[in-house]
Amino acid sequence: MISQFFVLSQRGDSIVFRDYRGEVQKGSSEIFFRKVKFWNEDGEGEAPPVFNVDGVNYFHVKVVGLFFAATTRANVSPSLVLELLQRIARVTKDYLGVLNEDSLRKNFVLVYELLDEVIDFGYVQRTSTEVLKSYVFNEPVTAHVTRLQPLDPASIFTQGTKRMPGTAVTKSVVANEPGGQRREEIFVDIIEKINMTFSSSGYILTSEIDGTILMKSYLTGNPEIRLALNDDLNIGRGGRSIYDYNSSSGSGPVMLDDCNFHESVHLDSFDIDKTLSLVPPDGEFPVMNYRITQEFKPPFRISTLFEEAGALKAEVIIKIHAQFPSKTTANTVVVQIPLPKHTSRVNFELEPGVVGQTTDFKEASKKLEWNIKKVVGESELTLRAKLTFSQESHGNIARESGPVSMNFVIPMYNVSRLEVKYLQIAKKSQNYNPYRWVRYVTQANSYVARI
Amino acid sequence: MPPLPAANRSPSPSQPSGKGEVSDLKAQLRQLAGSRAPGTDDSKRDLFKKVISYMTIGIDVSSVFGEMVMCSITSDIVLKKMCYLYVGNYAKVNPDLALLTINFLQKDCKDEDPMIRGLALRSLCSLRVPNLVEYLVGPLGLGLKDNNSYVRMVAAIGVLKLYHISAATCVDADFPAVLKHLMLHDPDSQVVTNCLSALQEIWGSEASTSEEASREREALLSKPVIYYFLNRIKEFNEWAQCLVLELVAKYVPSDNNEIFDIMNLLEDRLQHANGAVVLATIKVFMQLTLSMTEVHQQVYERIKAPLLTLVSSGGPEQSYAVLSHLHILVMRAPFIFASEYKHFYCQYNEPFYVKKLKLDMLTAVANESNTYDIVTELCEYAANVDVSIARESIRAVGKIALQQYDVNAIVDRLLQFLEMEKDYVTAEALVLVKDLLRKYPQWSQDCIAVVGNISTQNVQEPRAKAALIWMLGEYSEEMSDAPYILESLVENWEEEHAAEVRLHLLTATLKCFLKRPPETQKALGAALAAGLADFHQDVHDRALFYYRLLQYDVSMAAKVVNPPKQAVSVFADTQSSEVKDRIFDEFNSLSVVYQKPSYMFTDKEHRGPFELSDELGQLSIDVESSDSIVPVQGVEANDKDLLLSVADKEDIKGASDNGSAYSAPSYDSSPLLSVSQSELAITNSTIPVSTPQAGFAIDDLLGLGMSVISEPPPPSPLKLNAKAVLDPGTFQQKWRQLPIALSQEYTVSPQGTAALTAPQALLRHMQGHSVHCIASGGQSPNFKFFFFAQKEEEPSNFLVECIINTSTSKAQVKIRADDQSKSQAFADLFQSALSKFGMP
Repeated sequence: MISQFFVLSQRGDSIVFRDYRGEVQKGSSEIFFRKVKFWNEDGEGEAPPVFNVDGVNYFHVKVVGLFFAATTRANVSPSLVLELLQRIARVTKDYLGVLNEDSLRKNFVLVYELLDEVIDFGYVQRTSTEVLKSYVFNEPVTAHVTRLQPLDPASIFTQGTKRMPGTAVTKSVVANEPGGQRREEIFVDIIEKINMTFSSSGYILTSEIDGTILMKSYLTGNPEIRLALNDDLNIGRGGRSIYDYNSSSGSGPVMLDDCNFHESVHLDSFDIDKTLSLVPPDGEFPVMNYRITQEFKPPFRISTLFEEAGALKAEVIIKIHAQFPSKTTANTVVVQIPLPKHTSRVNFELEPGVVGQTTDFKEASKKLEWNIKKVVGESELTLRAKLTFSQESHGNIARESGPVSMNFVIPMYNVSRLEVKYLQIAKKSQNYNPYRWVRYVTQANSYVARI
Repeated sequence: MPPLPAANRSPSPSQPSGKGEVSDLKAQLRQLAGSRAPGTDDSKRDLFKKVISYMTIGIDVSSVFGEMVMCSITSDIVLKKMCYLYVGNYAKVNPDLALLTINFLQKDCKDEDPMIRGLALRSLCSLRVPNLVEYLVGPLGLGLKDNNSYVRMVAAIGVLKLYHISAATCVDADFPAVLKHLMLHDPDSQVVTNCLSALQEIWGSEASTSEEASREREALLSKPVIYYFLNRIKEFNEWAQCLVLELVAKYVPSDNNEIFDIMNLLEDRLQHANGAVVLATIKVFMQLTLSMTEVHQQVYERIKAPLLTLVSSGGPEQSYAVLSHLHILVMRAPFIFASEYKHFYCQYNEPFYVKKLKLDMLTAVANESNTYDIVTELCEYAANVDVSIARESIRAVGKIALQQYDVNAIVDRLLQFLEMEKDYVTAEALVLVKDLLRKYPQWSQDCIAVVGNISTQNVQEPRAKAALIWMLGEYSEEMSDAPYILESLVENWEEEHAAEVRLHLLTATLKCFLKRPPETQKALGAALAAGLADFHQDVHDRALFYYRLLQYDVSMAAKVVNPPKQAVSVFADTQSSEVKDRIFDEFNSLSVVYQKPSYMFTDKEHRGPFELSDELGQLSIDVESSDSIVPVQGVEANDKDLLLSVADKEDIKGASDNGSAYSAPSYDSSPLLSVSQSELAITNSTIPVSTPQAGFAIDDLLGLGMSVISEPPPPSPLKLNAKAVLDPGTFQQKWRQLPIALSQEYTVSPQGTAALTAPQALLRHMQGHSVHCIASGGQSPNFKFFFFAQKEEEPSNFLVECIINTSTSKAQVKIRADDQSKSQAFADLFQSALSKFGMP
């Protein structure tokens, strides 16, 4: 049960404010914003998603730079409120197509309408985009899709591969397309985020894949869908098979440590043929979340070498080696290394003739940054950086630097080899053949190599 | 209500200032009000939107109230909705205007379109104007009987709204009874859910005055009602499921079959993608199995994977909420999560609040097999650019060192920190080395060698400086230049701003003087003079006290200030086990995130399901405070035992059920009460304990070092040496030489056997009772231990062989003793210590 709900812009302006129970004072959004803004003064980084000021509990989630926040005086389940806030953001996005400050302001009447149906007197009523459709009457005013704020990982497809229709992910579930006819289509995205830590000697210390199968359906009449995954999919670590050890070389079964499912998913035949059946509700939702700690081939290997060159100089050589197939390309690759705090100057030396690479030394945070637009599979890139120190260092330079962290996105590639074998849509008629998009993407979440 | 008409923010220059535009709008609306021309509705929509956008940015548009209402006599639902929004916003501040709308809303409540009926009813109930309640009763009554579920759903919450405006009107109209009927019979799950929410609130607040209401509230937890909800749970949406699960968690099943049936039914909820559903389910599982230790432990095993999946899927915020709950479970049963330690490694891009929780968990799960990995990982964080995390990581290493036996490697790491030459790293490491020496004095040589090299100039933080000074005083014999360092510190007395440091400086100088008088005499004189002139009262008083003491008798001063120290065996936990249990009882609530029981952050009326009577809340606060004064109480709270402590509490509750002044008959089986009763049990059991402690506190003042012994010795004349030492060779030799003095079989409590998943758990426990382990081994169910203990005053040993079978709950104990006459006394002590294993 919540008392108030509001959306604040990055600057703290309230874009939407709904008081459901009148138990918390009106100025709560200002109190909230001030608290969040000045949280770091105690050296504790950013404000946690839940905190209490004078008996009022404030919850927030950050979505596309906006604060979706709620207040209550009751001792509620934090998980419930935070899930709810996230869900409100998602439903709003389903309706507006694009979620940002502008689209919210343009559609605030629709947003209030949604909020009234989602929550009554602080109690959640319904959050399914599908169900809400019958209660919500305003039509969205489409915001200009000039600068797209990525809300979800899938939005990278709009820049990545050309054959993907760019507007799909930003299409409202209720708006009709200019032609009048709605395009029948369904998107299934397999998104895998990688957490990986290499030791200074290059061994893998920890590795984990956090995966999601995200679905967004624009099918009319809610046909049933069957989604078949790898036949040899295993769940739970109990039954480690003998194939386990060679799995990293690219064969053997896919082993999930654990997974969970959206409530619309039926698992009746999952054990037998690894098939999920569901009637997808409108809007975007995760069909399945899964977690894998089984070994896999890291997409990138990183090696860093520090060489001292006199008292006030040193050289760093960073090499990254792409281990995925050559037909695949990683985008927006960023490599960062914190350098010793006495570093005053850095001269970079890229390989001769390279394009699409930039380097930077961030003076304030003493971070070296290497941006690479594209990395083709099975290639190796090198960066040399000459460091100059303002004062002599007593310790080991390598010890004072690092760790190297990496960010990247690899479209149409997934490390776990989890696959959607087929996507079957129950046919309504002979010539009913909606568009089906099954897309894969691998992203770095925390990809770190120690020095 | 949406925008803030009262909000006193001035519109920014780019926004319309208001007045002119508002009167324009008013004129335009008036024009359209009577018009029936086609396209009117579209123009109205545009105008309405304008009105509402003004309202949102804080311009007062209440002056167009009349026109808005007039324009809303239309069938256009979008217009109506906007009008309702507008009305809802201004009705409370303008009750007169609100009266205008009643008519129009009442009429809409009878509209053909169920959607309009529902919306009108919702708006009507949201007016929040007390003198209009009489107009609500009729439409609400009809709404609850409406044939459309949307209207009934709105009406159910409407009743709750009415209750908040005027409780008497609501109760007099007999709405609760109607809601109850709907709750148990309505085919629509959302209607059922809303009835449940409304009734919980209404009966919850009526219960204090009405016996009927409290009976009704209790009836919500009766078997038929709970089963009714459980059977329908799949129909409910995820949020409603949370509500039902919260209710089920309070249900007390009559037998184990029931418990298993419920758990089997709910098992698949653990695979839900919504973390709130999963946590609510876990709460049910936890509560149901409290009295079944083995199953309880299986529940922990079962929920591990789903929790870890939730932590890594979803946004950082949801993951934080789940992680907080994982945190409390890890703290209660670290051994169950020990093999998952890698999941608690920090990712470089995680926010501080997540890393902090993870560091706590890493500390808790550290055991013999994973400590090396964990400490290595923590040392990486210590070199981190993020200073707060680096500090926390070093503290974590220290905590692990203090809870481990094999600290060799860790001490080396800590000493490496001292050599890292980062001021904050040095500071944290110094504090830790000090604590480490208090527990393991045997490491003093290694540590002192490194500490001696640290220049006091590089240490600025008061805590670190105080630690360094303490070591200078304590080990002044080993550190050759201690007197001179102290002397230079005393010279800078004026610049030392922290009283804590000056106090330590006084004590350290005196200690040093007592060991090396000629070298320290000058420093001591200066310190005492400076102390006597100090403006800080404690510093002044301590200086005066030392001065008089020295004047009276120097050898007495030595006995008082510099007695041989006993090693601290366990440092007091900052949070008492009562508080921890209370937080656990409030699982899946904010208490877990804040790590505080709800009474510490919530007003009484908002405590919801965990509500306690004032008196009890008060009492427990007292417990808290006395706890912080007498830290000894917390010592026994070994984390590993906590898993079962709630179960144990249940027993106490059962015992106190009869004749408790607080068990009002209407309450008996209500879990609501069970919380407060267990509360009572806690307070009862705490008070007698704290009395002897008061005595101890005095003993401690006299320098007997009693407070460091974790357990008040039982009434036996035998006292054991808390830091007894015996090398394995001697043990073996004695074991062969001495005859068996006693051979007995004890029964181990079920809590004890359950806690004994690994030998280490018992070792730590027994050490708290000054019984030390020299060797241990075995696997569930058979464990074998060799213990030894020494008399406090003389090196007289007791040797024990103890074989525990956890499946039969038997312990075979053989005791050999240097002093045969005391073996029975020791056996009693041993048995009593063993029997406390697994207890909170």
